Formats: sequence, structure tokens, C-alpha cells
Amino acid sequence: MKIGVLVNEGPYNHQAADTAYQFARAALAKGHQVQRVFFYNDGVNNASKLTEPPQDDRQIVNRWSKLAEEHGIDLVVCVAAGLRRGLVKDNLAPGFRISGLGQLVEAGIESDRLVVFGD
Amino acid sequence: MTQIAEETESEAATEAVVKKFMFVNRKAPYGTIYALEGLEVVLISAAFNQDVSLAFLDDGVYELLKGQQTKALEVKNFSPTYRALEGYDIEKLYVERESLAARGIREDQLLVPVQVVDAKEMAALMEQQDVIIGF
Amino acid sequence: MLHIVNKSPYEKSSLTSCLAHALKGSALLLIEDAVYAATKGNAAEDAVRRALQELPVYALGPDLEARGMAGAVIDGVKVVDYGGFVDLVAEHRTSQSWL
Repeated sequence: MKIGVLVNEGPYNHQAADTAYQFARAALAKGHQVQRVFFYNDGVNNASKLTEPPQDDRQIVNRWSKLAEEHGIDLVVCVAAGLRRGLVKDNLAPGFRISGLGQLVEAGIESDRLVVFGD
Repeated sequence: MTQIAEETESEAATEAVVKKFMFVNRKAPYGTIYALEGLEVVLISAAFNQDVSLAFLDDGVYELLKGQQTKALEVKNFSPTYRALEGYDIEKLYVERESLAARGIREDQLLVPVQVVDAKEMAALMEQQDVIIGF
Repeated sequence: MLHIVNKSPYEKSSLTSCLAHALKGSALLLIEDAVYAATKGNAAEDAVRRALQELPVYALGPDLEARGMAGAVIDGVKVVDYGGFVDLVAEHRTSQSWL
């Protein structure tokens, strides 16, 4: 099954980014395809290459990048939401790309399931 | 091909599929960004020729209230955008009766023509959808 | 439909709203802070027990464990892991997150 994921909150402030990540990993382990992870609202902050969280806790941005690298998952940051919050190409972590909201709608169309994680 | 052209072509190809998209609005305007950024997704969805409807329940009904004056807040009043939806062929706006009643709001206080439904009807509408997005 | 609720019933009314719209044939999955609703003795217990008569109710195990609530689950609520979460998403035609 093709599963799309929408992440509406940034790393650490809310659990949404964690739950979305664990869900995506479990979906892959079950043999599903994660069609896209789309980051909207404060979710765009999941893509910031400038984060330096404490070493003894999970590295949320890095593990998204790793997931993209290992499984070829399309991590998309909404351009408009990114501009609002200062997330632009220059400070994007590896594995993420910036694109339009159309990519979210397209994920809804192309995936068999779309799951939303937020506040 | 440029990335934008590629994306547009791929997006156009997916238009052959028509799904029922429901955008669920349960939050008040201005206190958080969800009403505004939710509306931005709705507008984009118009380009994809999908079967789009909007549901307003709980505090989401406040988004449609007439007379929003944001000058003193110094934030953009985005409520006129709800009136623009019709021009995008997005006409299915469902507002929950119980949510209006609980907030003492009458249908004539809303910015746009809507279909008022009760919770049971709203539940049935939700069940019919292919994709449900809320913020 | 798979209804997903993620907030404690004391913080938000999302569980109440969800239950007012969950039809027979649906399922309810409690994740993140909403797992507190699945614990014995909490004020939402009656609502959850009533819901159990109409639809299956699941709670995400890792969230219960993190909050020290794994031993307090209301009888009838099924505990699932992230794999179970994925299975529920696959099983139901749509999901709705009550945020």
C-alpha cells in the first residue's frame, strides 16, 4: 500500500514528528511504500539543518534525513510555510526538498492512505 | 525539463483520479495559524479537480463569522477568502448545527452560504470521504 | 474509518468530538497524550466504555509505557504497537486525525 504522511508540527515541541517518524518506519517494515512525507505549518522545522539537540536524545532532523537516504522517501517542505518560518533551501537538511502545497494534494490523490500528525 | 514543469506534468497526470477530499476545520481563527494555512491547502486543491468539501465544527465555525476586524491586532484578515471559494468551484461547505448552537451563532451571522448539518449527518459525510485533512 | 485522537480529554475536547462522529464500523485509536483516556479510573472511562460497545478502541503501547500507564488499561481496549497502528491504517479506507 502507498501511504502518505502529513506532519504539521516541528521537532521536540510536539510529539507529532516522533509519532510520524515511528509510524513511517513501521510502515516500511511492513512492506508498505511511504509515498511522501509532507511538512506543513511548523512541521517545516523538521527540515532545519541548523538544529543541534542534546546528544543523549533522539536527533529528529538527522533521522528523517537518514530515513530518506535509506529508503528513498520523498520529504517535502511546503515552500510557503517554509518562507513564513525561515526554512529555505540554504538551511535545508539533506534529504528534504522544498515544493508547493500541490505536493500534499498529490500525495492524497496518489496514496492509498494519508495520515495526519499534528497538535 | 525544469523541476517546476516536471511537477506540473506529474500533477496533471494524477488529475485523472477524482477523490473525495474533506478539509476539516475545528479551530478558531487568529489564535493559531491552522485556519489560515488550512484554507491555503483548500485553494491549492482547486487546481486538481477533486471533489472537495469543507467541514466546520467545534471552534471551526468561528472561522466563518461575519465582521472580523483585525486592524488592532495588526494581522491579516483572511476571512474574505472564504467568499472567494465559490469562484474556485469549492461550494460544499458544511457547518455543524450543534457547534453553532453551543456557541450561540446563527446561520445568518456567517460570511458565506453554507449547508448546516447535524453531527449525525456530518459523521455520514465524513465516512464518504477518500481523504480527510485537518489541522 | 480509523479515528485517531492524540490529546488528553482534559486538555482538549477532541475525544468528545471524535466520539460524536464515530459510526459503527469505525475504529478509535488513542495515541500520544490521548492514551490517558484509556486508563482505569480516569474521568473519560465511562465514555470509552460506551464507545467500546459500538466500535473497537485501541491504544498505542509505546505511548502508554512512556507515561507509566501500561498496567492501567481499561478492559476491552486493545494495546497495539506502531506496526499495529500501520495495520489499522491499512485496514480502514480512510483515517481522520482529531487534532
